[in-house]
Formats: sequence, C-alpha cells, structure tokens
Amino acid sequence: MTDTTSTASPVPAGVKPLVDIQGVHKFFGEHHVLKGIDMSVKPGEVSVIIGPSGSGKSTLLRCINLLETISAGRIYVHDALIGFKEINGKLHDLNTKQIAGQRREIGMVFQRFNLFPHKTALQNVIEAPTQVKRQSKAAAKLKALELLEMVGLSDRANFYPAQLSGGQQQRVAIARALAMEPELMLFDEPTSALDPELVGDVLEVMKKLAKSGMTMIVVTHEIGFAREVGDTLTFMDGGVVVESGNPRDIIANPQHDRTKEFLSRVL
Amino acid sequence: MVGKDASLELIDAVPVRHPWRWVGAAAILLALILVIQSMTTNPKFYWGTFRTYVFDVLVIQGVGWTLILTASSMVIAIVLAILLAFMRQSDNPLFRYVSWVWVWFFRGTPVYTQLLFWGSIGALYPKIIVGVPFGPELFSWDTATVINATVAAIVGLGLNESAYLAEIFRAGLKSVDNGQMEAAEALGMRRSKVMWRIILPQAMRVIIPPTGNETIGMLKTTSLVLAVPFTLDLTFVTNALASRTFLPIPLLMVAAFWYLVITSVFMVGQFYIERHFGKGVDNVMKAPVKATEVAASAHANPVKTTDGTTEGGKQ
Repeated sequence: MTDTTSTASPVPAGVKPLVDIQGVHKFFGEHHVLKGIDMSVKPGEVSVIIGPSGSGKSTLLRCINLLETISAGRIYVHDALIGFKEINGKLHDLNTKQIAGQRREIGMVFQRFNLFPHKTALQNVIEAPTQVKRQSKAAAKLKALELLEMVGLSDRANFYPAQLSGGQQQRVAIARALAMEPELMLFDEPTSALDPELVGDVLEVMKKLAKSGMTMIVVTHEIGFAREVGDTLTFMDGGVVVESGNPRDIIANPQHDRTKEFLSRVL
Repeated sequence: MVGKDASLELIDAVPVRHPWRWVGAAAILLALILVIQSMTTNPKFYWGTFRTYVFDVLVIQGVGWTLILTASSMVIAIVLAILLAFMRQSDNPLFRYVSWVWVWFFRGTPVYTQLLFWGSIGALYPKIIVGVPFGPELFSWDTATVINATVAAIVGLGLNESAYLAEIFRAGLKSVDNGQMEAAEALGMRRSKVMWRIILPQAMRVIIPPTGNETIGMLKTTSLVLAVPFTLDLTFVTNALASRTFLPIPLLMVAAFWYLVITSVFMVGQFYIERHFGKGVDNVMKAPVKATEVAASAHANPVKTTDGTTEGGKQ
C-alpha cells in the first residue's frame, strides 16, 4: 500500500485508511483524465484537493461514490472495494442494489447544490432517510431539524430551494447528505457557484463538520480553507498528483514548479 | 414595511396610451355581435330543435359514455406511457427496444384501423386460450364476452394514445436536470425510486400542458369508436338523432355545445393540476411558507414536535 500522504496526517500512523485509492486511471473515450492516482484518507481526516480545472480532481471525487466508473486501479472505502466484487481474481460489476448500498455510506455535496426543487428544505433532508433507510417520518424530521439547526437554517425548514439564497441552498444540501449519517463526506467545489459574500457561511459549516471528526475529501479553490482546516493538501494537475502533504507546508513552500505557478495565480 | 416619508415624492407618471387597442376591441366586439345576430336570426339553425335535444336523455347518456371512454382510455394511456418512458431510459436494452417498437407501431398505424381491429378481434380469435404452446390448454374464454364493444373501444383508444403520451413523458423526463439524478443516487436511492419520487414529479410540470392537450384531443377522438362499432357516444347519438329528424345542423350544435362544456371543465382541472406540480418552482413567492412554526415547536417541545409537524409541516 503506497501511502504518500500519511506523513502529513495528524492521525497517528498505523491507523487504517478509511479511503484508499490505488493506481486509479479513468478514460472518457480516448481522453485520459486520471493517470494513476494513489491517495489515502484516514478516519477523521480532512483531505483537500486543489488544482486547475481539467486536472481530474472532480472526476476523482465522482469515482469514489460511483458517479463515474474507474478504468483501472482500485478504490476502497472502509475496506470495501468500490463498484466491484472480486471473485477468484476477476472483477465483477456490483448490481444496482449493491451500488446504492455503498453510496449510502458516502455523502456528496455538489457545486450546483442539486436540491430537489419540488420539495421544501425539510423534505429534501428527510427524503433519503425515510425512503432509503425506512426511518419513520417523525424521527427523520426530528433529526432533520437538528441538522438544519446545525447549518443555521432551522427557520428555513419549510422554504422551497427557490426561496433560498445559494449559500442557504448549499447548507441545506450539506444537511441532506448528513441525514444519511455517512462515514465520509465528499465536497465537489461546494463554494464555486456562490456569490463571494455567501462563501463564508458554507465554509463555517464545513469547519464545524471537520471539528466534529467527520472524514472529508474537499475539492476546492479556497486555499484559506485548505490552510486552516485541511489535514492534507493534494495538488493535482493533468490527471496526476503533483504533490501532497501538510497544507501549510505546501502553501508556504511548494516543491514543484506547477504547484508554485498554480498557487501564485489563486492566492 | 417601508414607512412613507412626507418629504418623499412618489413618482406618478402618465402611462403610455394605447388608442389602437380600443379600436381593435371595438372591431372585435362588432364582429362578435354580427355573428351572434346572424346565428340567432337565421331560422335554419333551428334553435328550438337544439333546445329540445340538448338535455335529451339519449344525449346526456352520450355525454356520459364519451366521458367514460375519454377517462378510461386516458388512464390506460398514462399508466402505459409512464412505463414506456421509464423503459426507454432504462439500462436494460430489452426494455428500450420494446418501448421503441411499441411507440413505432401504435403511432405509425391509424387509430381508426386499430379500433376496427379491436372490434373484429372476436372474428380473428373466437376464443382466448391460456395454455402451454403445443400442449394442453389451461383456461379459455369467449373473446366476444371478454372484449365487448366498450372494452374494445377503451383498449383501442388507450393503446394508441399511450404511444403519443410516451413521447410526451419522455420529453418531460429529459427536461429534468441531470444533477437531480446524481444527487438522488448519491444519497443511495435506487434508480426506480429516483425516477418515481424525484424525476417524474419535476417532469410533470412539463408533461401536464401537452397531456391536457391530448386529453381534449381524446375527447373528440372518441367519436371514431363507431369503427368498433360502439354506438353510445355523443357524436354517434347526435348523428343518429339528426338522421331521424332530418335536421343535422341543430344536432351538430348540441354535440359541439357538450364538447365545449367538457373541454372547459377539463381546463379548470388542468389549472389545479399544473399548480400542484409547479409548487416550489412556479409563483414560488406565493408558496405557503410558515418558516418558524416547525422550528419553534421543535425547540419548545421536542417530543410533541413529531405530531405537531406532521400536520403543521406542509407536505
């Protein structure tokens, strides 16, 4: 198990990684998007991925919860091989039920929120717990109101997404993902579609979540967030990991020219 | 509320005048009066005959049968169309092909021909037999008793319509942003559940107006059931009365009157259905919002909330 990031993690060495990405490649037709990614994330770790657009960072995130299927390599979450079953050295696709089961353990927050517009904030949050986990509506509502409180929106429970600002929508989306009690949260550029003055509220919620011990992989352009909250920082470019390690070290003292160049443009 | 400041001078602008709109309105009104005058004074319309037959028992029964044919064939068509549209988007190639061929066939042959076929199915297959191919027969029925004229008319209209509606539903499903499917799947929802609970309700906004169109079209298409032959619908009854009285015009008016009444009622229904499926999207600022009620009661008494919110939280 090659693990280049473990040195930077505050989590004691020897702890098994929650997410283990090994030699992952992804092709879209002829287009080679991921060219051998190795990465691991320990429980409770906040792993931040930065890089120019087209570097493959979002694709990597989408591969972890099977919105894309990898072309080569392996992804393990909690020791479970994602997307496949290995029988006598041969990989077999998981069926839709098994895929849905794996996704339940992984929460995802999207750049464009993707709230269900025909449902109120509260209905958005209770949808999966009641429909997938078969929780009672009453129990799911109680939990949902706690989560909306946590993201600072308990007074917006009965608002439709169209009645909320972008920042509020994104916080509801975070609450919706948390309602399934995932062990891992993926954030795909969660603040990129927001007006600048709304970014702060969303980052606050993510900080709170990080402090509570949630394992998080965050694709973002918010270098400040990476420096303050990140346990590891991974810089990707052209489908490869250029460097990775302690965020404060990398931001202050990048080792590769490409990292230097990228940071000089975004800082 | 912004308080009105005495020193604040509110704008009281003179609106742009539209004199030609008044001229146009006057011209249309005049034309309308002329049409009404010509219709009321022209004795060949036989309005007395119209009055005699418009509430005739046979005519009212015809209205009833036309409504039954329209409603039941649309129900069959909508159920099939949802199924066909889901199949068309399925990962399973067999489902996709079957759906495609169904639409191709039922849209590609005339509805009149299809109605003739269902009407004469008893002649083609006198008995319906369930059994093992080349083996023993398990059950059998007389085709004529199972597929009588009513069933033939409803099935014929419904299957034909399902092909058109399937395309409308498919367009509706495609109109929903891909991110909705991704978000729901990322939550661990199975695809069928995503389609039913997330995609279809949003697609309905787009699906309702053309489906209303199809329903009103179906109302008039029911007049083709004489091909079966089914002889109780509004058009057949008024035609029969016309040939009995030798007065076709007033009885055409009777039929037209009832079709117009039913269409108007449908349009009212469509308004409410559209409003239901537009919630959260159309006229969103008017949506009923009780922001703090749920949260407040949750803080006040967490145990009681479970009951309080089931009624308080608008579902």
